[in-house]
Amino acid sequence: MNRRPATVPKPARRARPAAGRRREALRAVMGTVLGKQPIGSAFVAPYLVFLAAIFAYPLAFAVYMSFHDYFFTAPGAIVDRPFVGFDNYVTVLSDPAVRRSFLNVGIFLLINVPLTVVLSLGLANALNAAIRWRTFFRVSYYVPYVTASVAVVGVWLFLFNENGLVNTVLGPLAPSPSWLVNSKLAMPTIAIYVTWKQLGFFILLYLAALQNVSKDLYEAASMDGAGRIKSFWNVTVPGVRPATILVVLLATVTGANLFTEPYLLTGGGGPNGASASPVLVMYQKGIEQGNPDLGSAIGVLLVIGVLILALIERLFVGKDD
Amino acid sequence: MKRKITAAALALALAGAAAACGDGGGDADAAAQARGAITVWLSNNKEEVAWGKQMVAAWNSAHPDQKVTAQEIPTGKSSEEVIGAAITAGNAPCLIFNTSPASVSQFQKQGGLVALDSFSDGKQYVEDRTGKTAEQYKSTDGKYYQLPWKDNPVMIFYNKKAFAKAGIDTAKPPLATYDEFLATSRKLVAAKAAKAAIYPAPSNEFYQSWFDFYPLFAAETGGKQLVEDGKSQFASDEGKKVANFWRTMYAEKLAPQEKYTGDAFVDGTAAMAVVGPWAIATYKGKVEWGAVPVPTSAGKPASETFTFSDAKNVAMYSACKNRGTAWDVLKFATSKEQDGMLLEGTGQMPLRNDVAGTYPEYFTKNPDYKSFADQAARTVEVPNVANSIEIWQTFRDAYSKSVIFGQQDPGAALDGAAQKVDQLTAQP
Repeated sequence: MNRRPATVPKPARRARPAAGRRREALRAVMGTVLGKQPIGSAFVAPYLVFLAAIFAYPLAFAVYMSFHDYFFTAPGAIVDRPFVGFDNYVTVLSDPAVRRSFLNVGIFLLINVPLTVVLSLGLANALNAAIRWRTFFRVSYYVPYVTASVAVVGVWLFLFNENGLVNTVLGPLAPSPSWLVNSKLAMPTIAIYVTWKQLGFFILLYLAALQNVSKDLYEAASMDGAGRIKSFWNVTVPGVRPATILVVLLATVTGANLFTEPYLLTGGGGPNGASASPVLVMYQKGIEQGNPDLGSAIGVLLVIGVLILALIERLFVGKDD
Repeated sequence: MKRKITAAALALALAGAAAACGDGGGDADAAAQARGAITVWLSNNKEEVAWGKQMVAAWNSAHPDQKVTAQEIPTGKSSEEVIGAAITAGNAPCLIFNTSPASVSQFQKQGGLVALDSFSDGKQYVEDRTGKTAEQYKSTDGKYYQLPWKDNPVMIFYNKKAFAKAGIDTAKPPLATYDEFLATSRKLVAAKAAKAAIYPAPSNEFYQSWFDFYPLFAAETGGKQLVEDGKSQFASDEGKKVANFWRTMYAEKLAPQEKYTGDAFVDGTAAMAVVGPWAIATYKGKVEWGAVPVPTSAGKPASETFTFSDAKNVAMYSACKNRGTAWDVLKFATSKEQDGMLLEGTGQMPLRNDVAGTYPEYFTKNPDYKSFADQAARTVEVPNVANSIEIWQTFRDAYSKSVIFGQQDPGAALDGAAQKVDQLTAQP
């Protein structure tokens, strides 16, 4: 039996000096706060500070603004900013332009996210194989991602305007009104543009993930009689699932923050608000029109929407990962 | 004891806040007298920057103890966005020589502007220099928070070569009435003299209506603003006539619905443009142009035709410490001599009484600009009312939906927008 007698340690503890007890208590507190490896916390601290200053504080402040009659003022200006409850939320939700922008971004995500996953996985798989000009293709897909939106948008305007290359090729099949001024086609065109522009980055993620799929699995599948397509479905797709979750989440988050494309490509969310995104409307109301309280309410609704969407996606795509 | 400390702290905080507040009390009076170095911001326009540099150099050589530092407005999506951010951050310069009249009410609400009336000769100076036009720049509290500086009366520019190709008289083109304008536009497009008769930006930014609807509305109504006496004016018969005119232009594809990257008039894509004299410098050597007043339904004579001013003004910002110097610089920069140099260097019209009579030599040397100087006497500014930008965006949304894209009857769209605008005007 290795049970210790209950009476043994007591005299020794009583004899311990007060300074030692304090040191021990401090160590216990530090251990609780900083964990077993305090040096790790030191390394993480700068990023935590960055997160707190750049994301957490503005987010909390946005929530505060959304519940107040808030506008920006010069330092020292004394103004009343009363608590208004959900008034700002009611105002933005009863604004058809805001509701339309959320619908628009829903359409955008519905096209952009699946297209991004399918194309980037397919192309990454192709680029991972030993094909000629592999490096050239990899660079080609990546170039639009690193090129400034303003420059690329200019090219797309020439491609998709009424007398652009696309309509010239399509001839009588060209839509009327043309792509970017057609209420039904403006948002899908933007979704396709963004998919193409971002593809290089997501291909890169998949290429990295593909390096971790064991060759043994492909050999085993081959020995079991699986062809290329079956190997892709049964080995590649499950093998890159963590990357797929990442791609889906990143595409959703960046897509929900859509701003530059409707701002530049369709002249401020046109035609008639058919391509306005919540962030664009947020900019118009919050910055241009001087109503940051309404802008914040839209922002908070967008954050909640994206979180819900991300959870749903996680349930469908992630499951056990 | 604890209560006393709290009360003292509160009093100190309130005193500090009151002291920091832009425009009130003894500190504001002291600031109005204070002299020393100041900073000013200029627009990014090349010609204006050149004028600004010489103005600052001239001031600095005469006042070495009150040095002025000039810089271009920092880059942003728009100057107004940058200025708004600077006001909030408390680092706006003393003077900005590019303050949009449409943003003044917002900057004023932010506590970012100094009323020029706070200077003993402020009101007098503004009204003596600009005359009765200055009235349009008064804020709702009756004070001047901006000095009307220069305007660019918007007119119809036309490409003489394109007009000649379509067999249209290039000296006196038929553009005075809506019917004439439409017939001329049809001829231009049918003759393939240009792809579009005219190409106002069809995009949805709030300010785009200043260059399609508003000049024609000002002309049709004989000088009415979009909002007057707290009520919208654009849903009137005159406003609907203007909207229907533009609707015809878009419906017949005489004006395109798609955004154009570049300058459609310079590129020859459009045979006409709605623009002010600032653009003349950019057309030099590229387009052989002429200019006429904007059309009206009945074809008013030029001497009775109003238009949009497209003015840019100078405002003093509340972050300014040495307001005495800032006010002196403002008067120096808008003196007869400096206004003359601005006109010489940029072709833009100083917002002062009788520009043509004040600088006769310039207009003798530059006859192209004479019609703009005449037009400068009949300009309409954007209304200086609360929620100005929101009002313009509301109007633009309705205009875009009905006039540009034809998804609603223009008259009904203007009626709907008028209701919303009236509500916005009534809000603080």
